[in-house]
Amino acid sequence: MTASLASPAVSGGAKTRINDFSIQVATVNGSGSQTANTVLLRAIFQMGVFVSGKNLFPSNIAGLPTWFTIRASAQGYVARKAANEMLILMNPETAKDDIVKADAGALVIYDEPLQLDKLRPDLAYFPVPFQKLVTASCPEPKLHKLVKNMIYVGVAARILGVDMVEVKKAIAKQLKGKAKAVELNQNAAVAGYDWAMENLPDQDHIRVVRDSKTQGLIIVDGNEACALGALFAGVTVVGWYPITPASSLVETFIEYAEEYRKDPQTGKSTVAIVQMEDELASAGVVLAAGWAGARSMTSTAGPGISLMSEFIGLGYYTECPGVFFNVQRTGPSTGLPTRTQQSDIEMCAKASHGDTLHINLYPGNMEECFQFSYDAFDLAERFQTPIFVVTDLDLGMQNWASRPFAYPDKPHDRGKVLDQKQLAEIQDWGRYKDVDGDGLCYRSLPGTPGGKGAYFTRGSGHNAYALYSEKPEDYVAVVDRLRKKYETAKSYVPKPVFRPLGSDRGMLAFGSSDPAVLEAQDLLAEQGLKTDYLRLRALPFTAEVDAFVKGMKVVYVVEQNRDGQMANLLREFYPEHATKFKNVLHYDGLALDAQTIVDQITAFEQK
Amino acid sequence: MSTATPSAPTNKLGMTKQDYVGSKSTLCAGCGHDSITGQIINAAFEMSIEGHRVAKYSGIGCSSKTPAYFLNQGWGFNGVHGRMPALATGASLANRTLVNIGISGDGDSMSIGTGQFVHAIRRNIPMIYIIEDNGVYGLTKGQFSATADKGSHLKNGAVNELPPIDPCTLAIELGCGFVARSFSGNPKQLNAILKAAFAYEGTAIIDVISPCVTFNNHDASTRSYKHVKDHDFPLHDLGFIQYSEVEDVEIPAGETEIVTFPDGSKVAIKAIHEGYDPTDRYIATKAIHESMQKGEFLTGLLYIHAKHAPLPELLNLVDEPLATLPQSAVKPGPEVLAAIMETLT
Repeated sequence: MTASLASPAVSGGAKTRINDFSIQVATVNGSGSQTANTVLLRAIFQMGVFVSGKNLFPSNIAGLPTWFTIRASAQGYVARKAANEMLILMNPETAKDDIVKADAGALVIYDEPLQLDKLRPDLAYFPVPFQKLVTASCPEPKLHKLVKNMIYVGVAARILGVDMVEVKKAIAKQLKGKAKAVELNQNAAVAGYDWAMENLPDQDHIRVVRDSKTQGLIIVDGNEACALGALFAGVTVVGWYPITPASSLVETFIEYAEEYRKDPQTGKSTVAIVQMEDELASAGVVLAAGWAGARSMTSTAGPGISLMSEFIGLGYYTECPGVFFNVQRTGPSTGLPTRTQQSDIEMCAKASHGDTLHINLYPGNMEECFQFSYDAFDLAERFQTPIFVVTDLDLGMQNWASRPFAYPDKPHDRGKVLDQKQLAEIQDWGRYKDVDGDGLCYRSLPGTPGGKGAYFTRGSGHNAYALYSEKPEDYVAVVDRLRKKYETAKSYVPKPVFRPLGSDRGMLAFGSSDPAVLEAQDLLAEQGLKTDYLRLRALPFTAEVDAFVKGMKVVYVVEQNRDGQMANLLREFYPEHATKFKNVLHYDGLALDAQTIVDQITAFEQK
Repeated sequence: MSTATPSAPTNKLGMTKQDYVGSKSTLCAGCGHDSITGQIINAAFEMSIEGHRVAKYSGIGCSSKTPAYFLNQGWGFNGVHGRMPALATGASLANRTLVNIGISGDGDSMSIGTGQFVHAIRRNIPMIYIIEDNGVYGLTKGQFSATADKGSHLKNGAVNELPPIDPCTLAIELGCGFVARSFSGNPKQLNAILKAAFAYEGTAIIDVISPCVTFNNHDASTRSYKHVKDHDFPLHDLGFIQYSEVEDVEIPAGETEIVTFPDGSKVAIKAIHEGYDPTDRYIATKAIHESMQKGEFLTGLLYIHAKHAPLPELLNLVDEPLATLPQSAVKPGPEVLAAIMETLT
């Protein structure tokens, strides 16, 4: 059913999917396709339609295949959807394979010379002479490669019914401040649109219709949201080392700091940002800065946490604050650096040798990326310990629609720090004395005058007065108090989010899995299986998690790793309920989709 | 403030030397490191360093234990092996008013920590960086370190076949503005170097040959007291004149070279070794290499470049410590968040 100029409208024969479809764009990386894809996503968003984008890109600068998926959902589902209703095939390398894998009935926009229309009879083809169009619309040959992609945006806008006003606006937004680039790209998009208007038939498979679902929403990625959280948390020392997918967190922070973290009188900086020689040094900078009283952070991914682990143990045992962002990617080893996973859960829970237990935060959306990043600095100083903010590539680097972030009115909590006056009044101060019974001790900062408060921090055995000790009772007292801190943290970390449907079948998930789990919960309910969903937002497990685990007959633990790492932690902390936890796993590097969850839970239920 | 008897001499802060000591050393009797500790105490006392401003850092090894033995009024941080410089980097950025003293060893700095040594120098972290260099791993009972000379012997007879890494020429190569070598058996020279290092703004590398009396003081060692004494070639007589004393001190004319620090302090260098110019890194490097060929230790201020912006200055940080900036200085207001949200719609 090739669509040609002469053919009648392409009809799917079924109900038109209005604002409810997925588009997959296949391009070559380094060709400017990211800009084109973001413009298409934004244009649909500006039409008032809920939309999400997933960039599936290679670990490469230019020349390898990349795919971008855009999902529009009238119901507000934003997880990846495995089936695509439209394909835009610009990459000759992958086009044939993409056709073979296409879902029946899909609309296929492709570069005419690829001649894909004979490969399968069950797809609707829209060949476009991209080279001809780009030559006509762009006077500069060297820019053809970059502008070519904007033509498919215009073609897709025409086929989907996206208003060109929104496309032009999205281009202007995306290329802000570059007037020439804006003009060239708008011309290319219009050329694509006009050509499609004249040469391509109508179709009634999928359609974008103006709505008001995105009124007042923002589009942001998690790394930017985390960077903003750190900005408002008043971070003062950043030690980092580049790594995918975590680099853009610090890089975005640097841009904001340039603007918002200069002393208005002197123009001097109120934050020190240093790209270190490696992750080990970054961790040392973070902990020593925290020790000296700064709010400090680093941003890394799994390989970085592996390298930092020695220092993280030092921070845990000597009680130095610091915020460690882990934007997880697919491991082990180098793994798939540009693909997503939740496979550092157990590592971040217990990073370093010896008995260690860390506070972890698991934001599940953009507002939480912002808020938890802000809170992490309070927790680090209150608990005087490394705090992990655990996100992943899906949260960190993909575009998400979100409500605008609420201003964090809560003042910074600088924790138990004694100043000169307080130190002078205390008779018997000990750096590691548990005065309040919550495991949290009072510290002093280097440079405090008055002759009191100096102490010696050591990663070797120490007693309550920070003196070297190998005495068994001193050692046990310190590590038991550290465990007490972990208990105290239960009343400080974010509580889980509960979405009950009145069932004794539980689903437990965290982080970027949330959209897919919410959708799966609805799909399962439609099939007659009600579940109660608990979204975990932190370690340690809080009282709400206790109650949930106790109350359910079965808990499906949905996570994006091979070994069921969170389920393992749950079995460890709830041994009496260990048999309740069932692993629902997804770990191929792609973002989680609802159907995967539905299929696995259905299979469990049928056993 | 002073706790000593009224008769004890005091410095400009009214402190006695007793105010600069630390806990009792647990190192072997006669360890060169204890002599270095003694000179740090002397230099800090004589320079009237404010104890509460001192932050001491170390890695792992015998040398790294020593920050507990001096300046108890300062804060100490004994971290992980080879990574002392990262601690000094973080803390010096958090509070640029601290006086930073890093103590490391040849094992700590020239093997596991070489990368950190290199990059601390490259960034010019404001710190005195002392390598207590005995050519051997003492705490693990006598293995070779990377500064051990080729052909030198362990106590058990094992011979080192690998060439040594020299921290001083490496530091000069990396652009360090203050590079010195001394010997724990030469307290007068070490004292002058340490005082100059206290006045220096950036990374001051001091490699102190410090014999290990237990594992590397035998006849076949090139790091024994006897061997180093016999092969120590001081470059010059050093005098350090603190800024506040400059007015009162008459600087001898003639062969004495004066290097003035940005704070006005001066180092008077009276040459012993002919043709050595510590302000010329090429001449300095050549002379050090030549002396090493002969198996000598050139000691003294090997290279000095008085003005070299340290990291906090390079980053254009505010003058006050970042650590204690008030919330109003570091948390933008609601209007900023609103403006940012507007750009994301």
